[in-house]
Amino acid sequence: MHELSVSQLVDGLRNGEFSSVELTQCFVDRMQKFNDLNAFITELSERALLQAAHADKLIKDNQHSLLTGVPIAHKDIFCMHGVKTSCGSKMLDNFIAPYDATVVEKLDQAGCVTIGRTNMDEFAMGSSNESSYYGTVKNPWNKDRVPGGSSGGSAAAVAARIAPLATGTDTGGSIRQPAALCGITGLKPTYGRVSRFGMIAYASSLDQGGPFGKSAEDCAYMLQAMAGFDEKDSTSLDKPVPEYTQLLNASLHDSLKGKVIGVPEEYFSEGLSADVKRVIENAIAWYEQQGCEIKSISLPNTKLAIPAYYVIAPAECSSNLSRFDGVRYGYRCDEPQDLRDLYDRSRSEGFGDEVKRRIMIGTYALSAGYYDAYYLKAQQIRRLISEDFKKAFEQVDVILGPTTPEPAFKIGEKTADPVTMYLSDIYTISINLAGVPAMSVPCGFVNDQQSDLPVGMQLIGNYFEEEKLLNFAHQYQLDTDWHKKSPSGFE
Amino acid sequence: MQWETVIGLEIHVQLATDSKIFSGASTAYGANPNTQACAVDLGLPGVLPVLNKDAVRMAAMFGLAVGANVAERSVFDRKNYFYPDSPKGYQISQLEFPIVEHGTLDIVLGDGSRKTIGITRAHLEEDAGKSLHEEFPDSTGIDLNRCGTPLIEIVSEPDMRTAEEAVAYMKKIHSIVRYLGISDGNMQEGSFRCDANVSIRPKGQEEFGTRTETKNLNSFRFVERAINHEVERQIDVLEEGGRIVQETRLYDANKDETRSMRSKEEANDYRYFPDPDLLPVIIEPEFIEELRKQLPELPTEKIIRFKKDYDLSEYDAENLAMSKETAEYFEEVARVSKEKADSKALPKIYKLAANWVLGDLSAALHQDGLEIENSPVSASMLAGLLGRIEDNTISSKIAKEVFQAMWSGEGDVDVIIEAKGLKQITDSGEIEALVEQVVNDNPGQVEQYRSGKDKVFGFFVGQVMKLSKGKANPKQVNDLLKEKLK
Repeated sequence: MHELSVSQLVDGLRNGEFSSVELTQCFVDRMQKFNDLNAFITELSERALLQAAHADKLIKDNQHSLLTGVPIAHKDIFCMHGVKTSCGSKMLDNFIAPYDATVVEKLDQAGCVTIGRTNMDEFAMGSSNESSYYGTVKNPWNKDRVPGGSSGGSAAAVAARIAPLATGTDTGGSIRQPAALCGITGLKPTYGRVSRFGMIAYASSLDQGGPFGKSAEDCAYMLQAMAGFDEKDSTSLDKPVPEYTQLLNASLHDSLKGKVIGVPEEYFSEGLSADVKRVIENAIAWYEQQGCEIKSISLPNTKLAIPAYYVIAPAECSSNLSRFDGVRYGYRCDEPQDLRDLYDRSRSEGFGDEVKRRIMIGTYALSAGYYDAYYLKAQQIRRLISEDFKKAFEQVDVILGPTTPEPAFKIGEKTADPVTMYLSDIYTISINLAGVPAMSVPCGFVNDQQSDLPVGMQLIGNYFEEEKLLNFAHQYQLDTDWHKKSPSGFE
Repeated sequence: MQWETVIGLEIHVQLATDSKIFSGASTAYGANPNTQACAVDLGLPGVLPVLNKDAVRMAAMFGLAVGANVAERSVFDRKNYFYPDSPKGYQISQLEFPIVEHGTLDIVLGDGSRKTIGITRAHLEEDAGKSLHEEFPDSTGIDLNRCGTPLIEIVSEPDMRTAEEAVAYMKKIHSIVRYLGISDGNMQEGSFRCDANVSIRPKGQEEFGTRTETKNLNSFRFVERAINHEVERQIDVLEEGGRIVQETRLYDANKDETRSMRSKEEANDYRYFPDPDLLPVIIEPEFIEELRKQLPELPTEKIIRFKKDYDLSEYDAENLAMSKETAEYFEEVARVSKEKADSKALPKIYKLAANWVLGDLSAALHQDGLEIENSPVSASMLAGLLGRIEDNTISSKIAKEVFQAMWSGEGDVDVIIEAKGLKQITDSGEIEALVEQVVNDNPGQVEQYRSGKDKVFGFFVGQVMKLSKGKANPKQVNDLLKEKLK
């Protein structure tokens, strides 16, 4: 059952081939069996089985919704009523959310059964899941390797077939990079497509929630349930949500022939591993065989994306994380001597190193006398990067390139050098700065030190063209089986 | 040396919206601590602000009322600082692109002179919660009910030169926000508070001296006293050869002095940046035009109309129009009078009405600590009283007695006159008899008067009035006395 696609799960549930309780039990068993991956911060087995029983009743009464009875795992960044929502931090280890994030609410309404809360980099700051207070998640393809981050727990859970679907958030690549490193499909929607309400903020102008699944089709189902305007989020867009799942089936007849794929030269220059490059070129060749026109394009400001991101995101984070002060909820130091001591020690003891590093960078960048040189400059770069994409999409339908420069690296390999770690997001970060949608799709493997590791290609679309991305990925997945491979030991 | 004072005011006005500026929680005053603070006000993880459109409307209304530019695009910024009553660790405010800019306001001073004060800007922001230090020994209580209450901060140009001007400006702003219905202006509850920027310079010097900012002045009297104290202090410092330090000061009403809170060097770096959770506020020109149509008559226009319609003096018109409720009361008195009284009598009644509203009524309200809306003597009761003065049923002096009786709830004017037998004697025969009695009883004074001592005339008037228990019509008494004493 754990290898079935979402549409097969939906059909099987409705046709009575299996119940949601059976299905949920299967995944709950796997969650417990593979707990050495450390993919979950909180397991919600009992709660899930109750939810599943309710789902079975709805199905029996013919009152089911899009995903009724289908298990899901939520990244521990989405607030969930009555459930610990830690954001991977000691700071919120004792925090029980008193309300649901809109994404959680919507997926609940769609009928999903939540089996657990997935591990993540602390406050979504990291590219390897090593900054989590709850320890590193292991990559199911090789347990000495990182799953990527920050949504590493969700990606590992889907890759290990512990959950058919999982939520993620992507601020600089936190869905796409772990999807690539774990060999699954992940989509970062257009900024504003999915509500941020109840999603603990890292960098508000960049954060966007999105789906993880085995395939583009699975992601389409989940995005269908997640997306849409939310009056509680002023930055969400009041635009109708297309019928992604139906469009996907309709698009089977919509040939790729004549479509234009842009390949940015900046994504294939130094830093890209030769093995990964070869895998991506194979994927490009597949599209060319389908009749796509492959066009070399330039996104000239790509090299500025990382410096701009590491000003803007820390600046916003320094302000967003000010609320964690030990006064009202969350971690509070023992016996504070006075107010200053309460602030200093609660925050020093409650936050990990990477979070502190970014708070300090952001505080510095916003300080009087530095604001113009850092924050304003970074915003100017951000506009240039958006312009790059706008110009590109005047000529091409989608942009294709690698998601990451190399496959999953070893646990501990990059923790000593934050800048090397930051470079692993080099192809994903500019997409968040521009706000366009992008996804990572499994497209092959590379062998690194006797280990087969998955590679993801990144498909980037114009604003609100998620359905086009899903179609490009879906067509590819109809003809290839990279997305169907599961890591050994997890079959 | 002759010094000149330069004053600029920053006035914080709580807007009278039902709910908070970025959340749905109630803004009502006086609830139990933390019962009106929702997840957004508490700064819980993951919550987001959603702008209250009514707060935008109210701020725009204020802008129109002071002839300012209401920005088509304004932007919310985060002002970052740590304090327990600021749950997010930042306040949402507007720095670079405020909603209102470049307004003006005319003030009238005690000597009748006018002055125009510039309004630099007014921006929207959220109020903080309250830290309660007194109630809890060894710790501080936090009440977040006030947190997120919408404010406009109105910043004036440094155009004021005396504490009197500053108070007149503050009163005028208070009057306007009450007229617009955008604030209850309640100073005790903190709905209307003021910071004063004060500096001095040698008279004739162009450039400004170093200024200090005195915080949180929540009454007109405190503003006046704090400014005067600060000016004296600055003069003392400079005349003793010292220099003024740019700093924030606090006015202590109990000790009646200002003292230093923090200097510029200790000032916070607020690390302002645009709030990424909120979109810029876009106001369409059509919305502004619609608001302009909804603007109520404001004090300036009302003063002009009062002078024209009721033939009032500048002073009376200005003072009646200062408070919307007082002006409404006055106009109700005028309306009722117009229904009942002879049209020829109206100018006199209007003048009487102005005197009574600003005089006896205002004094009585003040004494009993009442607002005019709750006056025991309603506008139509006062109109009745004025009618009886005008038609000579009672004298002005007796009217005061009747007014007191009305105030104590003894009934309408005619009931009281009847019950107390206060009706004025206008029967000339009756008055003549009284006059004759006084003339006959006082031959000595008659002699004096006839020998040219005009002043004695007042003695006779007094005696006749006394004899009539104040009820004789004074004009008739005068006329008859003059005749008899010829």
